[in-house]
Amino acid sequence: MSGALQAALRVDRGAFALDVELAVPAGSVVALMGRNGAGKTTAVAALAGLVPIDAGRVVLDDAVLEDVAAGASVPPELRPIGVVQQQAALFPHLDVRANVAFGLRTRGMRRREAQDRADALLAEAGLAEFGDRRPSALSGGQAARVALVRTLAREPALVLLDEPLAAIDAELRPALRDAVRAQLAGFAGSALLVTHDVRDAEALADEVLVVDAGRVVQRGSLAELRRDPAAPIVDRLLAERS
Amino acid sequence: MLVPAAIAFLLLVGPLVALLVRAPWVQLPALLAGGTVLPALGLSLGTAAVSTGCCVLLGVPLAVVLAGADAWPAPLRRLVRALVTTPLVLPPVVGGVALLLLLGRVGLLGGPLFQAFGVQIPFTTAAVIVAQTFVGLPFLVLGVEGALRGVDRRFVIAATTLGAGPWTRLVRVVLPLAAPGVAAGAVLAFARAIGEFGATVTFAGSLPKVTQTLPIAAYLALNSDPDAAIAISVVLMVIALVVLVALRDRWLQGLTR
Repeated sequence: MSGALQAALRVDRGAFALDVELAVPAGSVVALMGRNGAGKTTAVAALAGLVPIDAGRVVLDDAVLEDVAAGASVPPELRPIGVVQQQAALFPHLDVRANVAFGLRTRGMRRREAQDRADALLAEAGLAEFGDRRPSALSGGQAARVALVRTLAREPALVLLDEPLAAIDAELRPALRDAVRAQLAGFAGSALLVTHDVRDAEALADEVLVVDAGRVVQRGSLAELRRDPAAPIVDRLLAERS
Repeated sequence: MLVPAAIAFLLLVGPLVALLVRAPWVQLPALLAGGTVLPALGLSLGTAAVSTGCCVLLGVPLAVVLAGADAWPAPLRRLVRALVTTPLVLPPVVGGVALLLLLGRVGLLGGPLFQAFGVQIPFTTAAVIVAQTFVGLPFLVLGVEGALRGVDRRFVIAATTLGAGPWTRLVRVVLPLAAPGVAAGAVLAFARAIGEFGATVTFAGSLPKVTQTLPIAAYLALNSDPDAAIAISVVLMVIALVVLVALRDRWLQGLTR
C-alpha cells in the first residue's frame, strides 16, 4: 500500500482563491466533489505540479514534493503522481500500445520490454484487441479505459482522476464505472477522483471531500455526509446526477 | 465589383496562359536537353534541396525557441520575431548585398574567414545555398512556430505526468504532432529557394554549372535564346504546380485537421 497524501494548497488567482487541505490515506480512493469552478481542477493541477502554488506543502509517502516555505518543488515529470485528464488525451500519433508504453519508456524501460508490458496490461484490462489501433479509432469509453491503463502502467503512488467519465455518454457510464473500479482494484496506490456526479463517488470512493469556492466544506463517508450535511451545498451535490 | 474582380483574376491567370500558349511544345525536349538548361535544373534542384535541409535543421530549433519565448520581455520577443521575418519583406537584391557585406572577401565574417583559412563563399555553389536559406528560413520558422503553438496542451500535460521531461516532450510528442507544419514550411522554403533570383545573382553571380540556377538561366536566355527562356519558365511553373498540389493535398489538410 502506498499513496498516503498530505497536502495543504493555496493558490491565489485574483478573484479566485483556493485554500484547501487534502488527505488521502494509502491505498484508498477519495472523491473530490464540488460544483464547476469550485477549485477541483486547480487542486489536481497543483498536486501534479502543473501549476505553481502560492503557499503550502505536498507530502506523498514521506517524500516532500513541494514546500513553498522551504523553496522546494519537485518537477511534475518526477512526481510519483499519475493524472487522467477529462478527455483521455491519448497521443494521436501513437497506437494504443505505444501510448501505454510511453510512461514505461520515460522510466528507462527498453522499447521491446515496454511494449510487451503494455500488451500484458491492456490484456488484463480486457483491451487486448486495441493495441494496434490509433486512438482515433476508439470510442470515448475505450479511450478513457486506455488512458487509465496508461497512467497506472507507471505504478504511481497516487493517481489523480479529473472527471474521467464526464465526456462519456450517460448510458455508457455505469459499465465504464465498473471497468474503472476493476482497474483500480488491482492498483496498490491511492486515488483522488474529481467528480460532480455522486454515482461516481458511490461506485468508486471510500471517502468524499466536498469543496466549494476554494474551501473544503466537509469530508467523510457518503453515509456520514448524507446523515449530517455541513452545508446546503453538500445536500445539493449528493442529489446531483449529471 | 465584378469588373475589378475579373481584371484581378485575368492578371493572375493571363500570364500563365500566355506562357502555355506560346511555349514551343514541339521543340521543348530539344530545348531542355540543350547545353544550359539541364545543368541549371540539376543545380536548382540540388541547391534547393540542400537549402531546404538547412532551413529545417536551423529553422526548427529557432521556431522551438520562439514558441517557448512567452517568458521573454514583450519588446524583445517582438524585435526577434520582426528580425526573423525581415527576409520576407526585404528586396532580395538587398539581401544579396547584405550577404556580400557579411560573407564577402572583405565582409564582417568573410574577411577573417578568408584570411585565416582562405575560404571564399561568394560566387560559389555554397553562396547559392546560403542565399536560398536566407530567403527560405522565415517561411519555415513562422510555419513551424505556428504549428508548435497549435499543439494541444492536453498532450503536453499527459506526457509530463507520464514522466517525460522537456526534451522528451519536445522530441516524442510536440514535434511529431507539429510535423505537418514542419512539412508545409519545408515545402514553402523549397519553393522559395527554387524561385530565388535577386539574392543569388547578387551574392553568387551567374557562373554556368556553379551558380547559374534556373531563374538566372531563364533571365539570361531571354536575350539570346527566347525559346529556351520560355522552356525554362515552363519547367519552373511545373515545379510550382507540384508544390501547390503537395501543399494542398497532404500537409495543409494536416494543418487544419
